[in-house]
Amino acid sequence: MLKIDNLQARIEEKEILKGINLEIKPGEVHAIMGPNGSGKSTLASVLAGREDYEVTGGSVDFLGKDLLEMAPEDRAKEGLFLAFQYPVEIPGVSTTNFIKTAVNEKRKYQGLEPLDAAQFLKTMKEKMQLVQINQSLLSRSLNEGFSGGEKKRNEIFQMAMLEPKLGILDETDSGLDIDALRIVANGVNQLRSKDNAFLVVTHYQRLLDYIVPDFVHVLYNGKIVRSGTKELALELEEKGYDFIKAELEATTA
Amino acid sequence: MEITSLNKAFEQKRSGSATLGTFEEQNWSSFDQWGLPALKHEEWKYTRIRTLFKEGMLVDGAVSSLSEETIHQHFLPGELAANAVVFVNGIYQSALSHYTAGTDQLIVKSLETAAGDEDADFVKKHLGHSQQYHKDGINALNGAFAAGGVFIRAKKGKQVVDPVVIYHFSDSTTGFRFSQPRILVHAEAASELQILETYIRIGSEESLTNEVIEICAETDAHVHYVKLQNEGTGASHTGTTHIRQLGRCTTHAVTITLSGMLVRNNLNMIMEAANSESHMYGLYLLNGKTLADNHTIVDNQMPNCLSNELYKGIMDEESTGVFNGKIFVRQDAQKTNAYQSNKNILIGNQSSANTKPQLEIFADDVKCSHGCTVGKLDENALFYLKARGIPDDKAKALLLHAFAVDVLDQIKSDAIRAYADQLISERLSYSE
Repeated sequence: MLKIDNLQARIEEKEILKGINLEIKPGEVHAIMGPNGSGKSTLASVLAGREDYEVTGGSVDFLGKDLLEMAPEDRAKEGLFLAFQYPVEIPGVSTTNFIKTAVNEKRKYQGLEPLDAAQFLKTMKEKMQLVQINQSLLSRSLNEGFSGGEKKRNEIFQMAMLEPKLGILDETDSGLDIDALRIVANGVNQLRSKDNAFLVVTHYQRLLDYIVPDFVHVLYNGKIVRSGTKELALELEEKGYDFIKAELEATTA
Repeated sequence: MEITSLNKAFEQKRSGSATLGTFEEQNWSSFDQWGLPALKHEEWKYTRIRTLFKEGMLVDGAVSSLSEETIHQHFLPGELAANAVVFVNGIYQSALSHYTAGTDQLIVKSLETAAGDEDADFVKKHLGHSQQYHKDGINALNGAFAAGGVFIRAKKGKQVVDPVVIYHFSDSTTGFRFSQPRILVHAEAASELQILETYIRIGSEESLTNEVIEICAETDAHVHYVKLQNEGTGASHTGTTHIRQLGRCTTHAVTITLSGMLVRNNLNMIMEAANSESHMYGLYLLNGKTLADNHTIVDNQMPNCLSNELYKGIMDEESTGVFNGKIFVRQDAQKTNAYQSNKNILIGNQSSANTKPQLEIFADDVKCSHGCTVGKLDENALFYLKARGIPDDKAKALLLHAFAVDVLDQIKSDAIRAYADQLISERLSYSE
């Protein structure tokens, strides 16, 4: 589904990604962990197409297409979804209208008729239960005045509405208490299928208790330095990131 | 400043009005003395008004071939029940106007009539008050041609349910049309009145409308005023909306400018009674080479008043937005709360915004705040929308509409708000 080959990117003059290799197949959940500043969020942003970052090398194949050549909106319509670490507050744009526009843009791209009001409402009701999000929240301006937990639930709700093939969760757990974390993780788990995949970016192992990954990768200093199964996450939790750093220094020395 | 056609027009009508002749004469001599404002005039530094005045401009308002059918075609669409007041070339046309409100609620008559009947004292006392704030030739020139104007009175304790929609037609089929509508409004105690002014140019030549509307609101009156400008690129406008709060009351003004060549709006809120409230909202959504210049004045004269002001501008292409917000807090106006905000988004590479708050505070126990911003669309917000599959142009339109909507929301009448919203959505080429 997604094949990242030697991806390098920088912001202004600072190299952040220094050659990332990663392959994700349908049905898989991959977790990317790493200390602050390792490049986790940059990777998520580059994949979604944020223009602040300049890709300086490498390639990304998404469902047989060159992802890096696509505009952010086309990536979304092809089935890529980024759940933002910091969802943006947009006063004056109603959440419901926003989601309706997004859903129908995607349908148009797929050559489908737009959902009428009744169909849209029905779908919305179903997906709302998934993340236990309230109707009153959705009639408000997009994310405006939402609590941290409400914003994250809104991200997962949007993901449920758009049914992406690849969902990228950028530190979705940050700022969530355990109850909110459980709700969000539960939503994600219900969306998992053999046809879609998830890339979960996180600093802490805690989220991975609820969204159990098939593979765990450790990102450090712009590169994936170790890959393994979910046991690697537990090892990191126990020993901290310092043991990875120490290991690396030992091998380069 | 010598414009033969202006001089000739004034000579022709000189002393033609029995009731307003003196007022017109006084204004003509003030115009003579002050002339048209030049760029060096501080209040007009961005707005080159003199070049608009051309030799051969059509001044005589009585001459128009616009048929009733043409006029009615341009009435606002939809389900808008309204009291329609029609001006053609700056002259009030009673035969083309019609009212849904009875005369027990609403009186509309020519200003000349009002200046000679039961309203004579009121007219004498209040007509021309705006000149205290605008000692320039533009205001005086309008006064010199006041007799073609209209007088509107909402009666004591009455709610005029349907808005009073004032249509200003300019017939520029045969040449550059110069129109000078004059309006005096009296909202009596505890009356409720909505006014919408809108402008229509018919013909391919250019036009200039120089308007003065003076509104007096008495105790407990509610006046809600909307000015909607979408007259096309060949039309220029200089207008003063002067709202006086004679007693404790609440007044609203919403000014929306969507097109024009050169547009200058003066809006004055003169708060003469304690415990009053005034709200001023503006939206200018500009493209091409349009220049829209909003000059506002809030004059807090008495204690415990609240004034709130929010103007927003979106400038595309080579357009220019100007905002100048003056707030006076006089010595007696203790406990005043005065807020002002002006926000601008520049889209066009050649567009510009000039914004200037101007606070003059003479009382010592007041709360005043002001702020202005000039910026671009929020890149983070834009990326967020695009990351959900919304195309770039649509995402921008959504954000611009969202930026405009808190001004739009201030229009009280559902029909008028929906109409303005539709115009704006079309301009942003976005509709739900």
